[in-house]
Amino acid sequence: MIRFLANRLLGMVVVLFLVCLFTYVIFFVLSPDPAVQICGKNCTPEAIDQIRANLGLDQPFWAQFWTFLTGLFTGRTYGTGVNAIDCAAPCLGYSFQTSQPVFDMILQRLPVSATVAVGAAVLWLLAGVSAGLLSAVKEGRFADRFITGLTLTGMSVPNYVLALTLQFLLVVTLGWLPFPRAVPFSEDPAQWFLNFLMPWIVLSIGAAAVYTRLTRANVIETLQENYVRTARAKGLSPGLVWRRHALRPALTPIVTIFGMDFAGLLGGALITETVFGLNGIGKLAADSITKNDQPVIMGVTLLAAFLVVVGNMVVDLLYTAIDPRVRVGSAT
Amino acid sequence: MTTSEQDRPLLRVRDLTVGFTTAAGDVDVVKHLGFDLARGGALGIVGESGSGKSMTSLAIMDLLPKGARRTGSIELDGTELTTLRERQMQAVRGDRIAMVFQDPLSSLNPYYTVGTQIAEAYRAHRTGVTRRQARKVAIEAMERVHIHDAARRVDHYPHQFSGGMRQRVMIAMTLSMEPDLIIADEPTTALDVTVQAQILDLLAEIRRDTGAGLILITHDLAVVSEVADHIVVMRDGDLVEQGTAERIFCDPQADYTRMLLDAVPRIDDEIGLLRTTTTEEDR
Repeated sequence: MIRFLANRLLGMVVVLFLVCLFTYVIFFVLSPDPAVQICGKNCTPEAIDQIRANLGLDQPFWAQFWTFLTGLFTGRTYGTGVNAIDCAAPCLGYSFQTSQPVFDMILQRLPVSATVAVGAAVLWLLAGVSAGLLSAVKEGRFADRFITGLTLTGMSVPNYVLALTLQFLLVVTLGWLPFPRAVPFSEDPAQWFLNFLMPWIVLSIGAAAVYTRLTRANVIETLQENYVRTARAKGLSPGLVWRRHALRPALTPIVTIFGMDFAGLLGGALITETVFGLNGIGKLAADSITKNDQPVIMGVTLLAAFLVVVGNMVVDLLYTAIDPRVRVGSAT
Repeated sequence: MTTSEQDRPLLRVRDLTVGFTTAAGDVDVVKHLGFDLARGGALGIVGESGSGKSMTSLAIMDLLPKGARRTGSIELDGTELTTLRERQMQAVRGDRIAMVFQDPLSSLNPYYTVGTQIAEAYRAHRTGVTRRQARKVAIEAMERVHIHDAARRVDHYPHQFSGGMRQRVMIAMTLSMEPDLIIADEPTTALDVTVQAQILDLLAEIRRDTGAGLILITHDLAVVSEVADHIVVMRDGDLVEQGTAERIFCDPQADYTRMLLDAVPRIDDEIGLLRTTTTEEDR
């Protein structure tokens, strides 16, 4: 078990290192010169050189990358002398637009994205798994066909269409939901909840459709397994056969894709957050892309990669707990 | 018990027909099958794949695939099974008729320890059984099928057992309930030849010790010859012939049975083409 963990951790470090390397290349080497952008309209070659030196862009690539990497763990200092700016670890640099530390910007927005992600995940898990179960039980009958049709729609409708349509219908036309207004949970929990309701629904529909299909297929497949027949041959009641012998094997694969989906969503929902004006990481990413704010884009990218890698690791660990066949080091 | 009850067969199957409705029309995979199994007797049902022998066993258990039709009569110790409700049938399955399936790996749930799976039937049929009691029953059942170190292995998962051991676990599963009838559907087909013999010995031993009736379903005449005292030969859902094992082996009446017997390779045979079971009419 310890060896397995160590292997996984090592793999994680390698993947994250490569992600850092590629994002650094993309955002600082292949992109337009950041120094020119910071310098603005009235710029002299001297000013550009000065900015370059401050950002460390005058260094060779590997030196720059090394400073960036060490900055993540130990912090770094931009510039020298009186103009020196200390960037504490984990240092992702400063926004070109607001001059705020990127890490702080991300940290500020994380709660909103986390709220969006958790709510949506709960919704799509509940909706997807239960619709999938129902569909499997009623295989071939009207309910099954109806749900299958619904999932097709759910998978095909783009997020922004759904978001705008819902907003228009529920808020403008029907007036069922109040106009969104940013309030902290502690101030007005009801308004807070209603604010998040639409983003939750929008984000969960597509995933719920996928989970419905997956659950349906898994359950139907598992019910054909020989061990389900064995369970029935033992005289177990249909409920017991279902609960004990069909559900657990059928739902295990859901854990895998759930971990990945959830981690991905934590890293920000670009479109949905933008449409609903939620100040999450997705919105931050969208804003910084339009303004070419490279340190922020890079910070958000790294965060997303980090979350997915960690999510993957958590899934692997969960799997060893759920599926005895994956348990490592068990005697034969 | 009166004499008539003692004479009554343990299992009496009459006019059993199993059919499916397909796009090409109705297909009967078992046609008007009838046989008796004496109390404590061992019946071998022999036939090629597709002869309907497995469907017969599933029909007795009322575990046929969805969409299957079943008509005829199946009497277990005087009780008509075909008219039982699902709930009543659940009480019969596992408790009075237990089944051993062909592929012991896929027939065991990979997510639970073998102990849990053995104890499960016991807990389902006996009310007020504690976890500890059920575990004890599981260990005893494992000891009866000669799994060494049962007290430790009871907590292992199916994938930690070899093929033969898994089949022992399957048999242990049937034992915990002391059933009147054990149906073994190709119990040795997925196993090595040496292990096959051990499993057959085990089945014979259990029959001797518990007095349970045994239905052994197989395509392998060598297997039936070791265990069964009565044999039913099936082909394409039809009953070809039935009789005592001795009679079937020494004096087969039907051409098909003779061909099946001829198809068994013998050590004293001349080397030649493998014999098939195709008759003149099939050509």
